[in-house]
Amino acid sequence: MSEVYEPTLIAFCCKYCAYAAADLAGSMRLSYPSNVKITQVPCTGRVDIIHLLKAIENSADGVYVAGCMEGDCHFVSGNLKARKRVEYVKKTLTELGIEPERVEMFNLSSAMGPRFAEIAIDMTDRIKKLGPSPVKRGDT
Amino acid sequence: MIVADRKPLNEILDMVKRCNRILVVGCKGCVTVCNVGGLKEVQILATSLKIARKIGGFPLVVDEMVLERQCDTEYIAIIKETVTDYDAVVSMACGVGPQFLSEAYPEQKFYPAVNTTFFGGAVSHGIWEERCAGCGTCVIHYFDGLCPVARCSKSLLNGPCGGSDHGKCEISREVDCIWDKIVRKKVEQGRLDDLLDVVPAKNWQSARDGGPRRSRREELIQNG
Repeated sequence: MSEVYEPTLIAFCCKYCAYAAADLAGSMRLSYPSNVKITQVPCTGRVDIIHLLKAIENSADGVYVAGCMEGDCHFVSGNLKARKRVEYVKKTLTELGIEPERVEMFNLSSAMGPRFAEIAIDMTDRIKKLGPSPVKRGDT
Repeated sequence: MIVADRKPLNEILDMVKRCNRILVVGCKGCVTVCNVGGLKEVQILATSLKIARKIGGFPLVVDEMVLERQCDTEYIAIIKETVTDYDAVVSMACGVGPQFLSEAYPEQKFYPAVNTTFFGGAVSHGIWEERCAGCGTCVIHYFDGLCPVARCSKSLLNGPCGGSDHGKCEISREVDCIWDKIVRKKVEQGRLDDLLDVVPAKNWQSARDGGPRRSRREELIQNG
């Protein structure tokens, strides 16, 4: 029997939007892949470059940040800062020979439970297509 | 402050390619302020190097440390006991740091992780500009606080030249013509006649033309 590759994804979710949207997705009985491990943050502005890189270093196959819609950040511009940090990490991954698509930024509101599930499904599919992280391959 | 940019990762990886264990050491001085070699940047570089080496199947042990300053021997002494535990030390300070470290610990290899670029300041978040050339003889009193030595592409003391184009320098649309600013300021202050005085030729011996420089303050020197 062939082994099915199940990637590990880390999602940094803002408590005001994406995390609440995940709650809503649950209430709506929407299913999304269990590959996604959610970390709640008070605002995506709290997510630093080092958090994303550490996730990659520790063999996460994909990492994403899910914050409020642009213009709706509870702390005015945390989500905009997070987007720039995600871009920085994408560039760093490119320099390191890792696919930058493994890191992504999403914006959604707390009312978008179905969108939360859709993002989790899309990111999991994307990472499955990319295969295991080269860091993980180096580990073995 | 001294402004720097981090070197490309590949360049740093090449420096440490034969190492198994390194120390990345930052500095809490200028490079922390310009977000290049402080605690965060040390963590980012260390993690990036570890990721790259994991991928290559040749893992690297990276320890992290940030010194108060790398341009003072008393702070450098903090790593005395551990500096030889590593195959090499990567300094994230300006060019002064790895040299002070190298002089203090001749038995160890020190590599620079940043390119030291200029003396300047942050004009806005994330953007730094050159303001001082460190020429050793300040002349900005002639120009109402604006320095043509550092900010004119030709370091003209009697400008502007014919390359001034609507407030921009001919070398790039992103570079302001400092002589345009000097003239405008003189006009605004009604002192344009100041510019009729020819500024005498500058003695560049106090700049790098006189060789490496040293500053000596007798009142501060201890132990003879």
